[in-house]
Amino acid sequence: MLEKAEIIRQEYLRHDKSFPHVWCPGCGNGIVMGALLRAIHTLQLEKDEVVLASGIGCSGRMPTYVDFNTIHTTHGRALTFATGIKLAKPELSVITVMGDGDSTAIGGNHFIHAARRNINITAIIINNSTYGMTGGQYSPTTPYGSKSTTSVYGHVEHAFSIAELAVTAGASFVGRGTVYHANQLDHLMAKAVKKRGFAVVEVISNCHVQHGRRNKLGNAVTMINDFKERAVPIQKAVKMAPEELEGKITIGVLADVEKPISSEEYRRVAKSAELKAEQIAKDKDKNGVKRYE
Amino acid sequence: MTSDAQEKRVLLQGNEAIVHGAMAAGCRFFAGYPITPASEISEILSVKLPEAGGTFVQMEDEIASMGAVIGASLAGVKSMTATSGPGFSLMQENLGYACVTEVPCVIVNVMRGGPSTGLPTNPAQGDVQMARWGTHGDHPIVVLAVSSVSDSYTLTIRAFNFSEKYRVPVIILSDEVVAHTRESVILPDMDKIRIVDRVMPSVPPEWYKPYAFNNRSVPDMAPMGEGYRHHVTGLIHDEKGFPTQNPQEIEQFNIRLHDKITKGFKELLITKSFHMDDAEVFVIAYGSVARSALRAVRDAREEGIKAGLLQLVTLFPFPRKAVDTALRQCRAVVVPEMNMGQMSREVARVNQAGCRLIKHRRIDGQLITPDEIFKHLIKA
Repeated sequence: MLEKAEIIRQEYLRHDKSFPHVWCPGCGNGIVMGALLRAIHTLQLEKDEVVLASGIGCSGRMPTYVDFNTIHTTHGRALTFATGIKLAKPELSVITVMGDGDSTAIGGNHFIHAARRNINITAIIINNSTYGMTGGQYSPTTPYGSKSTTSVYGHVEHAFSIAELAVTAGASFVGRGTVYHANQLDHLMAKAVKKRGFAVVEVISNCHVQHGRRNKLGNAVTMINDFKERAVPIQKAVKMAPEELEGKITIGVLADVEKPISSEEYRRVAKSAELKAEQIAKDKDKNGVKRYE
Repeated sequence: MTSDAQEKRVLLQGNEAIVHGAMAAGCRFFAGYPITPASEISEILSVKLPEAGGTFVQMEDEIASMGAVIGASLAGVKSMTATSGPGFSLMQENLGYACVTEVPCVIVNVMRGGPSTGLPTNPAQGDVQMARWGTHGDHPIVVLAVSSVSDSYTLTIRAFNFSEKYRVPVIILSDEVVAHTRESVILPDMDKIRIVDRVMPSVPPEWYKPYAFNNRSVPDMAPMGEGYRHHVTGLIHDEKGFPTQNPQEIEQFNIRLHDKITKGFKELLITKSFHMDDAEVFVIAYGSVARSALRAVRDAREEGIKAGLLQLVTLFPFPRKAVDTALRQCRAVVVPEMNMGQMSREVARVNQAGCRLIKHRRIDGQLITPDEIFKHLIKA
């Protein structure tokens, strides 16, 4: 294990100007980054072929630290940039990393449309139930009744279930894990990156500094242990009643389906358009008609 | 796109000509969202791009369109989008990102009446200052205005060339009149068109600094996936592309962004002069209004008035020198615009010679007629 960690450190981290990182001690983002790097290492992807795109927030800093083609885009827009990259250069493995507010508030429209469009992109979503970087305001996944810097009297809205949202919107693969279940995360991420089609991994993570502190959830260790207590594997969850699942975190693979990938479908129809245009050009040349294009 | 392309006279609509120009310039990616009066650009490119091995995608909104355009350009493909006022508003966020990360791309804004949903099927020139200052922060940008179908073709090619050469987003301002007018245009022999591509790094990947300083102030640009792994961020960054908080690096970065445009003034500042040699009064106009202005100038000449026209093709960076020279030469200038006077502010700003400035605005969704301008010229 230590040996592998050293390989990952040497091979995948940027050793020039990008450290020290911005994340607080105990932050779950490092666990997510580790899982992603181990997955990429396991899949033996070439670093030149990997694109890691992020939005804004604590999660948005992840690409800075890793030695791929990396892009830190605008808030909520990582998937739009990723779509352009993937369509323009389909041979690249395009992965996005986003936060909960990033992907389902400001970027919510892009998220559901990326799932519907089913382009071959992997979306890692770190869900820590708050806007950590800006100071702990409530996000689309802040639980009902929770305190945040913009809901000091208790939050009155209900939270999104990101993984379920992705399933409904049409993603080919959807997994959910927590930063406690690090080994499972490695597997979920490897499956997602390998998956042909839009693949989502939602990772339940801790922001003990903002969300945890304001809701008396304890320190990083307490919060991460709590994920262990609340996690229910999907195989078990499907047999449970909705009341029993209240407050639980369903983990595992929520969806894994085969369906046409729009980026590949597009190349197929584009190829036929190209061939047709070539044929028309040939015919015109035969008839002595000069054409402009 | 075969090599047998030769000079050809065709009947085209302004929006169609933009498509032809983009294809000739090497554009192979388009992302957009439907909007009047720009939709024809999307529709025609959705047919033409796949025929040439390119990609068309209709995104969920204009924010996404601009993001996809930047992504495709980073992957090494010349990219564009087209929209109108409301969509252009949504694009401002990622347009700023393209400015600060220096990603070449072309944005066509077929102007319609505003503010807000405004007048979707009427012409206007209300987005001029927005094209310059729409995205937040001091940023460099190039804005070109087309006045005819022929312009729509040639300036689209130049827009791509400028964008690639200076690594800057270039905005083409068209309007509903130019977009939907059909005119006969000559499409030149493809071999005679000058196409400029971004400069690729000549150093090995381990030496590559994505935002290095050089004589041109334009860093070499490596596409994703070719071994030159680097970081791209909208944060102010150092030469390696990583975020910086160093005041000196921040200042140097911001200065370079503007320097690269200043260094290109000679080719970037495009104006056209008509009857200006002996002019005593003149018109400054751009876009479709420039055509009414030319007619008005010719009519005034027939009345014995020494009138001229300075047509602004590049709106920003503002062609200060050409305007200043004309202002010093003439006693009066008429600035007709289909807005409340967005360009006349620029003219007033550089008017050191005491030339009398006559603003003419039209904001009823109709094109300014030659007669309206003529009436000013005979009184000036």
